[in-house]
Amino acid sequence: MSLTALDGEMAKLYAHAEAGYPHEVVGILAGKRATGELNKVLPLINERADSAHNRYKVSGLALMRAEQSLEAEGHDILGYYHSHPDHPSQYSDYDRDHALPNMSYVIVSVLNGTVADTASWRLKEDRSAMDPESIQIV
Amino acid sequence: MITIHIPTPLRPYTGGASSVEVDGDTVGSALNNLTTTHAGLARHLRDDSGKLRSFVNVYLGDEDIRFIDGEDTAVSAGAELTIVPSIAGGTPDLPELTSDEIARYSRHLILDEVGVDGQRTLKNSAVLCVGTGGLGSPLLMYLAAAGVGRIGIVDFDVVDESNLQRQIVHGTASVGRPKVQSAAERIRDINPHVTLDIFEEPLTSENAIRILEPYDVVVDGTDNFPTRYLVNDACVILGKPNVYGSIFKFEGQASVFNYKGGPNYRDLYPEPPPPGLVPSCAEGGVLGILPGVIGCIQATETIKILLGKGDTLSGRLLLYDALGMNFRQLKLRRDPNLAAITELIDYQQFCGVPANDHGTDAVAENEPFQRVDVVSAKSRLDAGWKPFVLDVRREAEAAIVKFDWADRLQPHGEVGLIVDELPKDRDILIHCKMGGRSATAAQALAEAGFNPQHLFNLDGGIVGWAKQVDPSLPTY
Repeated sequence: MSLTALDGEMAKLYAHAEAGYPHEVVGILAGKRATGELNKVLPLINERADSAHNRYKVSGLALMRAEQSLEAEGHDILGYYHSHPDHPSQYSDYDRDHALPNMSYVIVSVLNGTVADTASWRLKEDRSAMDPESIQIV
Repeated sequence: MITIHIPTPLRPYTGGASSVEVDGDTVGSALNNLTTTHAGLARHLRDDSGKLRSFVNVYLGDEDIRFIDGEDTAVSAGAELTIVPSIAGGTPDLPELTSDEIARYSRHLILDEVGVDGQRTLKNSAVLCVGTGGLGSPLLMYLAAAGVGRIGIVDFDVVDESNLQRQIVHGTASVGRPKVQSAAERIRDINPHVTLDIFEEPLTSENAIRILEPYDVVVDGTDNFPTRYLVNDACVILGKPNVYGSIFKFEGQASVFNYKGGPNYRDLYPEPPPPGLVPSCAEGGVLGILPGVIGCIQATETIKILLGKGDTLSGRLLLYDALGMNFRQLKLRRDPNLAAITELIDYQQFCGVPANDHGTDAVAENEPFQRVDVVSAKSRLDAGWKPFVLDVRREAEAAIVKFDWADRLQPHGEVGLIVDELPKDRDILIHCKMGGRSATAAQALAEAGFNPQHLFNLDGGIVGWAKQVDPSLPTY
């Protein structure tokens, strides 16, 4: 799998990650599932106020409502993004433990407030690891 | 029958179906029947112990089953279950602080700029200190006290009495012991929570990448140019911040190199000075307190980098003058004309000097003078050799100890001024403290026309003489 992301949407994603620094931010990646086109990012609210510097969470109902509104606009849900403040864009064991299959997980590394690196990951079927996937920005 | 609504990410396991009909009288049995018929779902819904994964929420109608009876919640025919995933993730947890650590770091914890998160960040950090001398002493002690979780120390020297005037991590009882051992003992006493990595070896082009690699920040507490360039270049290659400090007599410098794209040591000094131009602390002397001031500035910058707080010295060179008691700062910028640093080189050759003050000067080929070690010199003198003896140290050094039989005292950089006063037809034995400056002076005399056959450098200098020939002489 690979993602083809609109430049303007990636810019929104980066701006969200930098604005949220030093806390983690989270959001939804939407577009066309069949082709991997990423046409829309939707920022969500990180509910982990207790440890926002290194954790994110969006509860089921809040996520479902956001996804339904995107689907109502004709988008497919491709996956989710979150930031790693002062940490590489490599997925963590915690990310892998909490990952859903068949979804793209974009991780943005924000070092000292500035986006440094971006990577996208997909959970292996046996949940043992996550595989990198390419992001092409158009 | 029970209807279970399947979320998008899990539909590949139900053949694309958005809902599946199953039997069951509880939520748990309905889910088990679901994973029996659609086996691929099992590992995503339940963990290895069989519990529902934390991000799997199940609703019976409009109610989360967690608020009813969990998986034991009874269901009747016609009931609708909805699987609603939440999403979660993040970076690895910072280590927790123990009660002991909370008590120890309380003055940090109540600072907004540090706090519990900052202290946990320090605990999770690793700093390498190159050198356990004048700069390394206060640095190591304060970084350990501040709670940096992992500290690496590199040194292969032993504690000498002449170190104690400024290298306060070492005590009188440690004279003669390896510096890393002496420092480690003191650090463990200051803070037993610190994990120490000890490298009792010289930092070289061969081992620098391996030694520096695991650390977040490298602090340069070296006293010589080859190692300083080596530390700088290795930090640039590895992308690690390099907290720099240097001291001489009453003046010190500090900066932060290679941090957030800022300048590095080569932007300040692209090339080392000619060998012998800048004396070492062993040659030129240093106020004992001076490395305390500069080392504490380096420790401060290190902690700020680890915490991501404040404005560091990146892009600024701080100059400290202890006699005038003032601080000044100069702007530092990247020099776009400098070649990129991509590999480590032979830094001793680059600087033309050895990377330590152990007196083991590398002998260059075709030197225009002779070398004589202290023991051979002694036996030749006893056998009647009568060279003109030239001491090229400074007056302050001669006041500490000198050869009664020396003929002339003239600092090594100024021997050119007295060429007319030196004998041309006689051997000249030139000495300094350890043999480095005298070699420079011998070179200068040869260039001034003296016969290389008449010029003798006393290898090991007066300190070597005191150690190997006449222990009644003091060393310094």
